[in-house]
Amino acid sequence: MIPELGLFALVLTFCLAFIQSFAGLAGAYWRKPEWLALVRPMASGQFVFAALSFGLLTWSFIVNDFSVEYVALNSNTELPFFYRIAAVWAAHEGSLLLWILTLSAWTLGVAWANKDMPIVFRARILGVLGLINCGFMLFVMATSNPFIRLLPAALEGRDLNPLLQDPALVIHPPILYAGYVGLAVAFAFAVGALIEGKVTSNWARWLRPWTLLAWAFLTVGVALGSWWAYYELGWGGWWFWDPVENASFMPWLMATALIHSLAVTEKRGLFKSWTVLLAICGFSLSLLGTFLVRSGVLISVHAFASDPARGLFILIFLGLCIGIALGLYAWRAPAFGSGGGFKVLSRESFLLLNNLMLVVAAGLILIGTLYPLFIDALEMGKISVGPPYFNLVFLIPTLPMVLLLGVGMHSTWKRARWEMLWLRLRTPLSIAVPVALGISFAWGRPSVLTFVGVFAGVWVILSALSEVRQRQKMGRSFFALPRSVLGMLTAHIGLGLFVLGTTVTSVFSIEKDLALRAGDVVELAGYQIKLETLRNTEGPNFDAVEGVVTIRRDGEMVTTLYPQKRVYRVQTSPMTEAGIEAGWTRDLFVALGDDLGNGSWSLRIQFKPLVRFIWLGALVMAFGGLLSMSDPRYRKKRQAEAPAPELAEGTAP
Amino acid sequence: MTRFIAPIITLAILVGFFFVGLHKDPSIVPSPLIGKPAPVYELPLLLKPDETLGTEKLLGQVYLLNIWGTWCPGCRVEHGALLEIERQNIVPIYGLNLKDDPRLARQWLAELGDPYVATMVDTEGRVSIDWGIYGAPETFLVDHDGMIVHKLIAPINMQIWHEDFLPLIQQLKAAQP
Repeated sequence: MIPELGLFALVLTFCLAFIQSFAGLAGAYWRKPEWLALVRPMASGQFVFAALSFGLLTWSFIVNDFSVEYVALNSNTELPFFYRIAAVWAAHEGSLLLWILTLSAWTLGVAWANKDMPIVFRARILGVLGLINCGFMLFVMATSNPFIRLLPAALEGRDLNPLLQDPALVIHPPILYAGYVGLAVAFAFAVGALIEGKVTSNWARWLRPWTLLAWAFLTVGVALGSWWAYYELGWGGWWFWDPVENASFMPWLMATALIHSLAVTEKRGLFKSWTVLLAICGFSLSLLGTFLVRSGVLISVHAFASDPARGLFILIFLGLCIGIALGLYAWRAPAFGSGGGFKVLSRESFLLLNNLMLVVAAGLILIGTLYPLFIDALEMGKISVGPPYFNLVFLIPTLPMVLLLGVGMHSTWKRARWEMLWLRLRTPLSIAVPVALGISFAWGRPSVLTFVGVFAGVWVILSALSEVRQRQKMGRSFFALPRSVLGMLTAHIGLGLFVLGTTVTSVFSIEKDLALRAGDVVELAGYQIKLETLRNTEGPNFDAVEGVVTIRRDGEMVTTLYPQKRVYRVQTSPMTEAGIEAGWTRDLFVALGDDLGNGSWSLRIQFKPLVRFIWLGALVMAFGGLLSMSDPRYRKKRQAEAPAPELAEGTAP
Repeated sequence: MTRFIAPIITLAILVGFFFVGLHKDPSIVPSPLIGKPAPVYELPLLLKPDETLGTEKLLGQVYLLNIWGTWCPGCRVEHGALLEIERQNIVPIYGLNLKDDPRLARQWLAELGDPYVATMVDTEGRVSIDWGIYGAPETFLVDHDGMIVHKLIAPINMQIWHEDFLPLIQQLKAAQP
């Protein structure tokens, strides 16, 4: 009965979302106040029933109802409680239900926040959001119903994929989806603006906090995925340029570009059609990622079980969604006007460069990700594109961007002056250069790229701090800074930490693959690593061989690690659980490999300096986003429009 | 105007590619071994450990070489199909047991039935590397002269057998005087 109720709740959600979108879009078109009044209650109802449907599926997992096929395939009585809940979104069907719930939550937020938004425009946005959710619900009901019964019921479930039995994986999908789906809000705002035929600075002011929130979620989500890959896949790498990783990274790049472009649209009334296009592209790339991951057109380590029917459905949905939006764009955007005045040296220029480089980076990743598919579709053979391509092409636009960022932060709107920039930047510059030189030479393997990478990281951090100092010099206290500025500076410091961590880790990591017997000692980066013993152990649903590895430095005990090689009983797949000694300045990473016979085991031992800065940087960035989003300015009453640039500068559009 | 139309044109091209891509399977990788002689090896047998078998002893017949292991769920899936193919008695099937516990492997054949004329044991996986194997199950079709004619990286089933393997085998047998 419970799963049937769950499906019923989903059907109701669909109906409510459909009424919401019809009332919103048609009500706005024909100006029917009574229809428009329906939109908000429908959004609330949609959320309640989506949550109910999701809750009922979760219940089936909690009570181990193996008469539900999806539960039987992804859970097991031995599976610990929290993983039973996480198993709800561990495979295709349930994760789509999570997607629907998340979109309903964003819809609810848009419906009830932004009190000063005109009712007609809000109805249009909610109409678009409702349509998107309808599409996803149709998809679930037509091809991916998680509530299907299994007759006869299974006695025992097939267990959750062992790779996913991990705390980070419990929270990774919900957070990532919150980001992916949050970009739908920007998409809906863009479509709404295209329907109305105007982009105002209030439009940008309403959209900015939503975009910042989605971006912060996306940042944390991507970082969690990378952290998980680092310790769970057992290889010690933190980014693999896998299609699924790229699918999450491209929307992030677009959202980052959008945040910056929105700033220009709000403050200066410029870049209007560009901002709208970015808002469309961000969510389009989310949809594209969904398609790539769930249709089986690319090979990936994370791919869901693929099904051509599902692939076709998403492709049609994706084509319709993005097609309509871009069609509207081609029709309406030319009227937005693109003229406006700013000098070459101005904040606008720097933000324009930032945007171009982020979009170029996303484009290059897109090409690399899809290249195997292009070649295959053209019958030109089978190829794969590996990390060397991505590592190279990604740096080409992003490294200059980070270097320019340090200057851009200090430039002023319309027109900046070199003398002033120099005044503010000479201190950061005079510190960053020696630090970068010092670090590059410290380990005796100096290279240009190391220097540039370290310099870029330190440079951005100091440049952000120097902005704070300047403001203090002008007599304002640190806390009197607007939160949007503080947030911006914080996020840029986060980026600096990330760049620093990435550079140092990739250049100075030491990695050894060894065959060790109990009692053997190895020396690595000044640490003595000893495999004390190997023992058998077991967890709730797995058996494992565990290595006891002690780490000493100059004879003094640092820590003991317990890397495991697990075999999960139901799926009988081996899993590597690395032992990691984490620290601010370095990680020591020990992964147990294979039994080589005669009591000797292969071990992978790594020394990874500053690797924590990669995720720390991402968290700081996300915190910056949230800080900026909380700026009270975004909740103020509607403001007078920024002067149209044509009028302000006296140039024709 | 172009810059406003460019996005939707890009989308149309992408969707076109995706549509074509949907009908292709990226996991089908043509093996560089096809049309090449089978690697030379000699391995002990699972059921008669003091006897060996290898490429040279198998020359002169068309046969299937099936790579399997008790650790591989796909192998369990295809086992019924292998038994069915064996019953049809068209070509002999030889097994290559990969990185497995011989005890478990013998138990598997005793419980599920043995479709193989003989199973060779590759505990270390060294021979499998020569065959370019990156997973199990995989099935190779080898001709009279020891040339690899076809390769399947997936559990075999009767549909694949009828559509992909049988026509090739009939050609091979027809070509042979």
